[in-house]
Amino acid sequence: MGSRTRPYRALLGARMRAQSSYRASFGLDLVSSLLIGLVELAEVWVLYRAVDEIGGLDLTAALVVFGLADTAFSIADLLVGHVDRLPDYLRAGTFDVFCLRPQPLLAQLITSDISLRRLTRVGVGFAVLIVGLIANDVTLTPSSVLLVLLSLLTGTAICTGIFVAAAGAQFFLIDAAEMTNSVVYGGRYAANQPGSVWSRPLIAVFGFGVPMAFTGYLPTLTLLDLPVPWNLPDWAGWLAPLAAIWMWGLAGLSWRTGTRHYQGGGG
Amino acid sequence: MRTRVWFRIHWRMFVAGWRRGSRYRAAALGGLVANATFGFLKASILVAAVRAGGGEIGGYDAASITAYTWLSQALLGSVNLSGRSDLAVRIKDGSIAVDLLRPVDLQTASTAQEVGRALFALLPRGVPLVALGVLVGGMRLPLEPVTVALSAVSIVAGTTLSFLTVYLVAVAGFWSVETRGIQTAYMILSGFLAGLFVPVTLFPGWLLAVARATPFPCMLQTPIDVLSGRVTGFSAGQAVIVQLAWIAGVLLVGRLITHAGRRRLEVQGG
Amino acid sequence: MPIIQTEALTRRFRLRTKGFRSREITAIDDLTISIEAGESVGYIGANGAGKSTTIKMLAGILVPSSGTALTCGLQPVSQRRQLARRLGVVFGQRSQLWWDLPLAESFRILAAIHDLSRDRERERTAELVENMELEEFLATPVRQLSLGQRMRGEVAVALLHSPELLVLDEPTIGLDVVSKQRLREFLLAERAAHGTTLLLTTHDMGDVSRLCERILLVDQGRLAYDGSLAGLSRTVAMRRVLVVDLAEPTPDLHDLPHAEHLGSEADGLRQRLAFDPEVTTAAALLAAVSEQAAVRDLSVEEPDVEDVVRRVYVSRGR
Repeated sequence: MGSRTRPYRALLGARMRAQSSYRASFGLDLVSSLLIGLVELAEVWVLYRAVDEIGGLDLTAALVVFGLADTAFSIADLLVGHVDRLPDYLRAGTFDVFCLRPQPLLAQLITSDISLRRLTRVGVGFAVLIVGLIANDVTLTPSSVLLVLLSLLTGTAICTGIFVAAAGAQFFLIDAAEMTNSVVYGGRYAANQPGSVWSRPLIAVFGFGVPMAFTGYLPTLTLLDLPVPWNLPDWAGWLAPLAAIWMWGLAGLSWRTGTRHYQGGGG
Repeated sequence: MRTRVWFRIHWRMFVAGWRRGSRYRAAALGGLVANATFGFLKASILVAAVRAGGGEIGGYDAASITAYTWLSQALLGSVNLSGRSDLAVRIKDGSIAVDLLRPVDLQTASTAQEVGRALFALLPRGVPLVALGVLVGGMRLPLEPVTVALSAVSIVAGTTLSFLTVYLVAVAGFWSVETRGIQTAYMILSGFLAGLFVPVTLFPGWLLAVARATPFPCMLQTPIDVLSGRVTGFSAGQAVIVQLAWIAGVLLVGRLITHAGRRRLEVQGG
Repeated sequence: MPIIQTEALTRRFRLRTKGFRSREITAIDDLTISIEAGESVGYIGANGAGKSTTIKMLAGILVPSSGTALTCGLQPVSQRRQLARRLGVVFGQRSQLWWDLPLAESFRILAAIHDLSRDRERERTAELVENMELEEFLATPVRQLSLGQRMRGEVAVALLHSPELLVLDEPTIGLDVVSKQRLREFLLAERAAHGTTLLLTTHDMGDVSRLCERILLVDQGRLAYDGSLAGLSRTVAMRRVLVVDLAEPTPDLHDLPHAEHLGSEADGLRQRLAFDPEVTTAAALLAAVSEQAAVRDLSVEEPDVEDVVRRVYVSRGR
């Protein structure tokens, strides 16, 4: 095991050393990612402040949704967010170089970088989550703790899956990377919303197709005992692992199709 | 005669920018899909918020908030809320020296070109999104000639103002090699204060006052309000005048900074 | 068993033309070659002849449209990861080094990627650093290296895992004379020490004549010549070019024995003359030139690959 992970550890270690060695620039990146997180929070706050509740969520419940979903997305972004630079890698030939190395291509792409600067944004999400849990008087039972942890874990898995699925599609869309951004960053935006306000097509896309509702919204409803829409049971929040498996299935399919297309074999 | 020469140069620049804009079709299509996705998501939550607020929040009803959503997405391809510009790149890599040798005004000429490129985006991105808003979102557009004319002025003014402000970000490069911090700050603040995420009228009083003290609401919120008919008649005219006043102010500041920056380059040799 | 073997290897590409129409081009057409372990082969051809396409198929980056390729006895695409442990590839135009990290980090990371033991890593790194004279810029971020320094780094890291086959795609492109020479010497030494098989594509006949025992010439995707450099010179006269700088502007030089005037620059201050070394010598030609004009300086250029390729076509009656 140690020798299987050695290439990845060596690479990530070098990346982290390089990033934190440019102190001033790294500090600036940390601050700006903190500010971005705060502005996104302000958006939620401004909207829910104006009314009592939207789609069945009041401000404190919306904070829990934001806390779960945004923490998960930010961790995924920190770990694999650079995969949306795949078109640059393809143009520069970096991807061809991956093909010359004895590791799986996807593992190489994922470990080719890590964005430590997003740590502050994870911090914002996590702080909001804690505040939201306290504001809602969530009692610390084994099941509530488990649900929160499970939701963060599977939420991160779902979001990394989306990044990978988008990367696979970029083999076809080198010049239109913004197309996949609409799913990735549109998904991030959707994840902070109460899914009950969505129209049917939106439910199909962001409720189940790209299961963003399972990263924050549905677990929050289960956690806070709020009514669950879309004919799902009250315990729908516990279904997040299924959503993660589904998303990774899509991601695997997209990645395989994309690399096949790139190599020109039956794609 | 000098005015005629001035207009000719800047018209040429504008057209050059417009042509450049027309060359990025795949990117424009991608942007359109992204804007449409955000349009649907935003419309659903904002309409729900209006319903929850008893049919009205911040001066918006369901119809006008829908219009707000789709218009903000439609203008997003044109108004510069990223803080990035070609000029910043040219200052960083030193090719600015070539620009400064030309007998044209750096500020107005580069802005004319950027605005030309940005306004082109109204065709592949703005028009389809407005159409989508009308067909799918049930949005209405005012058709009185006065409003249409005023809207056109307001859109051009908002776009121009955004690029004149981004120009200030770019010329900070005369003093510091690393302008990424300023650019990022612009990107983070501009969208929020321009009313991209939620209309600024939903802000609490103090935050609204902060926003109004910046040029950002005039870039996006004002054109949307005029175009959607939320402000009409005399107040619409007033809103456009505020935009023009901001343009004059930012133009002046830009001139002073350019002048000082040129002096600095001449003294220090770049 | 051959280290590279292809059988009717073919690759077609679909080119998107205006609108939605597309047209198909054949980049590699029915290529059958066999290269034994320990050989040193130059793979030459004009731009767009299909050299890089072949290399990509041999390295497992690209799937053939039809036909087969075996590299080190492995299927390049399906057994890509096993192959990667036995193959080294250097692309002159794209970097395998980590752009923003010091050069030494690239050695460390690649040693991990190829799972070299610590001892082996230390030993092999030291050997390559010494032979390639990399010591002084090991701590420099790659993006700050000169092209010559970077290429030495590229070749060194490609050899870190001691591959049995080293493929070089335009390794000397853009390098100055000294850097080229140093790289060639290193490759010769590496080959002598470890018996590494070399396959290189190049535009530079100097690379071919110094490094390669065998030449494969490809034209529009088809193999046009397979044999020794001497054999190729017998097929087409391997002309060299004498460049003379004259003391004063002179009309084009004519009536020189066994030489062809190729062109003049700066009102005839510099003139280029092609000659066939099998028929005459540079010295004889220079003597003939000196009778007509005062020569200030001179240089002799290697034959140009494009020129050789063109003449092969002519000799084959195309």
